[in-house]
Amino acid sequence: MLKKSLLLGLAAGIALAGAALAADPVKIVYIGKNTGNPYFDSITGGFQDACKAKGCEFEFVAPATAEATSQIPFIEAQIQRGVNVIGIAPNSPDALNQVLDDARAKGILVLTVNGDLTGNESHRDATILPVNFDIVGRDQVEMVGSLIGYEGEIAILSATTEAPDQNKWIVGMNDTLKNDPKYAKMKLVATVYGDDQPEKSTTEMEALLSNYPDLKGVIAPTTVGIAAAAQVVQSRGIADKVHVTGLGLPSEMRDFIKDGTVKAFQLWSPYNEGWLAVHFALGVLDGSIKNEVGSTFEVPNLGKITINANNSINTQAELTTFNADNIDQFNF
Amino acid sequence: MSASDLQSAPSAQEAAPPRPAWQVLLIRPETMTLALLVLAVFAGAWLSPFFLDISYILRSFTLYAEFAIVALVLTMVIIAGEIDLSPAANMALSACVFAWLQQAGLPVPAAVAVGLAAGLAMGAFNGLMVIGLQLPSIIVTIGTLTLYRGLAQIIAGDKSIRVPEWFIGVDKIMVLGVPLPVVIFIVLALALGFLLSRTIVGRQIYQIGTNEVAARHAGIRSARIKFGLFLAVGLVSATAGMMTASRLGSVRYDLGLGGELQMVLMAMLGGTYIFGGRGTILGTFLAAWLLVLVSTGMIVANVLPAVQLVVLGILLVVSIIATNFIYSRTQR
Amino acid sequence: MSLIRTLLVRREAGIAVMIVLFCLAVGAFRPQFLTLDQLRIILLLVPLIMIAAMGQMMVIVARHVDLSIGSTLGFSAMVSGMLYRFDVDWFGFDVPWWTGIPVSIVVGAGLGLVNGLLIQLFRLPAIIVTLGTLSLYRGLTFIISNAKQIDRQWIPSELKGLSQTSPVFGTPWIIFIAFGVALATYLFLMHTRMGRQIYAIGSNPVAAPLRGIKVTQVTLVVFTISGALAGLAGILYASRWGFVNPSNTGSGFEFQVIAAVVIGGVSINGGVGSVLGTVLGVLLLGCVAAALPLLGIPGTSQAAIYGAVILVALVIDRTVRRQGIAGFKRVQP
Repeated sequence: MLKKSLLLGLAAGIALAGAALAADPVKIVYIGKNTGNPYFDSITGGFQDACKAKGCEFEFVAPATAEATSQIPFIEAQIQRGVNVIGIAPNSPDALNQVLDDARAKGILVLTVNGDLTGNESHRDATILPVNFDIVGRDQVEMVGSLIGYEGEIAILSATTEAPDQNKWIVGMNDTLKNDPKYAKMKLVATVYGDDQPEKSTTEMEALLSNYPDLKGVIAPTTVGIAAAAQVVQSRGIADKVHVTGLGLPSEMRDFIKDGTVKAFQLWSPYNEGWLAVHFALGVLDGSIKNEVGSTFEVPNLGKITINANNSINTQAELTTFNADNIDQFNF
Repeated sequence: MSASDLQSAPSAQEAAPPRPAWQVLLIRPETMTLALLVLAVFAGAWLSPFFLDISYILRSFTLYAEFAIVALVLTMVIIAGEIDLSPAANMALSACVFAWLQQAGLPVPAAVAVGLAAGLAMGAFNGLMVIGLQLPSIIVTIGTLTLYRGLAQIIAGDKSIRVPEWFIGVDKIMVLGVPLPVVIFIVLALALGFLLSRTIVGRQIYQIGTNEVAARHAGIRSARIKFGLFLAVGLVSATAGMMTASRLGSVRYDLGLGGELQMVLMAMLGGTYIFGGRGTILGTFLAAWLLVLVSTGMIVANVLPAVQLVVLGILLVVSIIATNFIYSRTQR
Repeated sequence: MSLIRTLLVRREAGIAVMIVLFCLAVGAFRPQFLTLDQLRIILLLVPLIMIAAMGQMMVIVARHVDLSIGSTLGFSAMVSGMLYRFDVDWFGFDVPWWTGIPVSIVVGAGLGLVNGLLIQLFRLPAIIVTLGTLSLYRGLTFIISNAKQIDRQWIPSELKGLSQTSPVFGTPWIIFIAFGVALATYLFLMHTRMGRQIYAIGSNPVAAPLRGIKVTQVTLVVFTISGALAGLAGILYASRWGFVNPSNTGSGFEFQVIAAVVIGGVSINGGVGSVLGTVLGVLLLGCVAAALPLLGIPGTSQAAIYGAVILVALVIDRTVRRQGIAGFKRVQP
């Protein structure tokens, strides 16, 4: 009897193992904006670790330039390769619509990770964003307010004039400044655009300082902008007069924090975006997660995650603030 | 093909007996292109099991078809001893003009007409600078490349403009199972091939490129023909711009960015002689397929885009060296 | 009329006047443009362009063009950046902060020499060869760096200090380096045999060998210098911006440099061009770049302005040549 059940068990075990071998592991690919962008190293790390843990195949590809159409051949190629999940940080909110539709028609799960198809949400299955972007503007205003004592002139140094995420945050900043009496004594004097180029961002920052000699604070909600702004302040030695903050990568900002040029700045964990994306995708594929607004699921290390309106998923509730005390704990 | 053969035939007869036909055929630059094409098919199949799929390759060709179509006309410009580096910028500007006008309320057919006219005007401006003012075409078109794209950026900013739904999807129209852009490319190649090798104007283009002064003395209206060629490039670029807009469903100023390199590469790889006077449409036709196979093969095999840049750069340099070498051996 | 004529013919004077007029015009709207502070901003904007423009000018005078300098800049900056990043892994010790300077110059010179060899040995047009190496060198930059950026923390602070600390008058070192390179270029072109030969080759490539000029040798030297200066600009990029990125660093740089050189009156037909004119061309470009944000003109119009400026300079160049031999000779330095 015992023997028989053992045999049965063995047979079942072999069958299971066979089934596991026969079923191809889920193939996940993440298409970045462009190669050589340090931001994506961290996201990719999250994808890789999660795939290692869950047993799926992962690859990262990205075009050489971040131009609107450069990702299209890569998406076509992934369709041809027969991947199961495409994660993408779209370079354009609408130029990818047709090819993403093709991918979805082939049954591929399309997730935008770290950036969305604003206005064209129907062309992807879900989006994974680090935080709820509605709060970014508010938090950034609070951050600069706390640095300048809630009084004085401030300016914004953004990416490009049409960058959808940045513009959403800038709207949030303006609303907060207008409606919250706490910030009544702060005056936004200018919003300028450095096009995410160090040279351009630097000249814009210099122009801000020339045009507004009483400027007390600058919010640069873009990694290139904040580094350029910090560098201008550092080389002029005016860190105690003009306070730079915004969204930046710890790896790029570490030196400025250490020498006191920048007191504090914010961001989120790009790593967690990749980590969450894999868990969510696998859950949707095996049916354990329903990709519906309002449904919830558990992700190791992140806890309970809710799918918000527009099938938007956030990895964290609040922005992470980096300062001299904690900057060394982050390795991205 | 025939013009250069005819020219060399009499002098060769005086000096030595004509080469055997197989030898003439073997040392033509197009033969090199064809050989590389075959090689690319094998290399692609070896790199990735997903590569050898006719419908995938045809679909991929639509991504490059716009450039390939312009490259055909560009080949004639180069044979006539000039060059035009501005077509990719022209594509962007005429597409932006079109998209902007139709968004402003102009009926789509009228907007298309204005867009095409804009392309024609850009070609005329190039022609005026090069032929009217006798400026070197290579520098003029580097200038207009920057200018046209800059104007596109002024018109469209860095946001993308949607085109109407019904205008989208030229690449989804199938003619006997072949996407329409590919059909257009093939038909245009046949027409231009005929024009270049079987008509008087075609011969005259070769003669202008071989020796413009002599051609003018022989009564060829070189200025008029060259101006016509610049106009043709302008018009075809604008058409390609519309096709890209239709394929993407939206237009942004960076449409076709860097396309000039691909176009020149197609002409060079096809054995068009950079100093003018030699080259064939057949060569460019084959080279376009070669380029698509090489790019697609590398992308579907997830080869780093960096390697692709290197391969394209090497292909360009090697193809000029080989073409130069072949011509210096056969045409003396 | 004759004044206008003189200005058109003496390009340096013409550009100087244009700079003054431009600054006054901007100053009329934004008085803060006419301050020492702005001068500092402009001077800090131009060193990289000025250094590379000296090399490009020699190349264009010799009737060639080098489109690959942006990628050369990126590659040589990346080699030095990786040296700083991985020195401990590779050699077991920290390399001194200045190591990157000779390394980048030598790497850049090597890439320039490759351009020169391809052009001279295979008799190929420079514009196509360097269009190819533009793509090739950029790809190699990605490959050696594994597409990873070298972050700020790896760039030695002494190197970054070159762009911030100053020997005299609060003027950072890189400004002195840039003008030093310009001075050296002037001495080389005006007071050495080879410098004069570059002009001779550019004015008449057919006659040059008949006059006993070793065209191959001189051309190779010219491209090597252009590469070396792009390499120097590369390490100074790391100094100025504090990072090296495989895709951004130096991309599009060639257009700014060529625009500056052509504005400076260097004829694209070879044989004509002066260091002073090039320096002024670079400064004019710097003034425009600094003025646009002050005036609140969006960056999106910058490319169109560069393009228009190149074309206008071309047409002026053409007009000058039409003035006849008398005018032509006076332009030649």
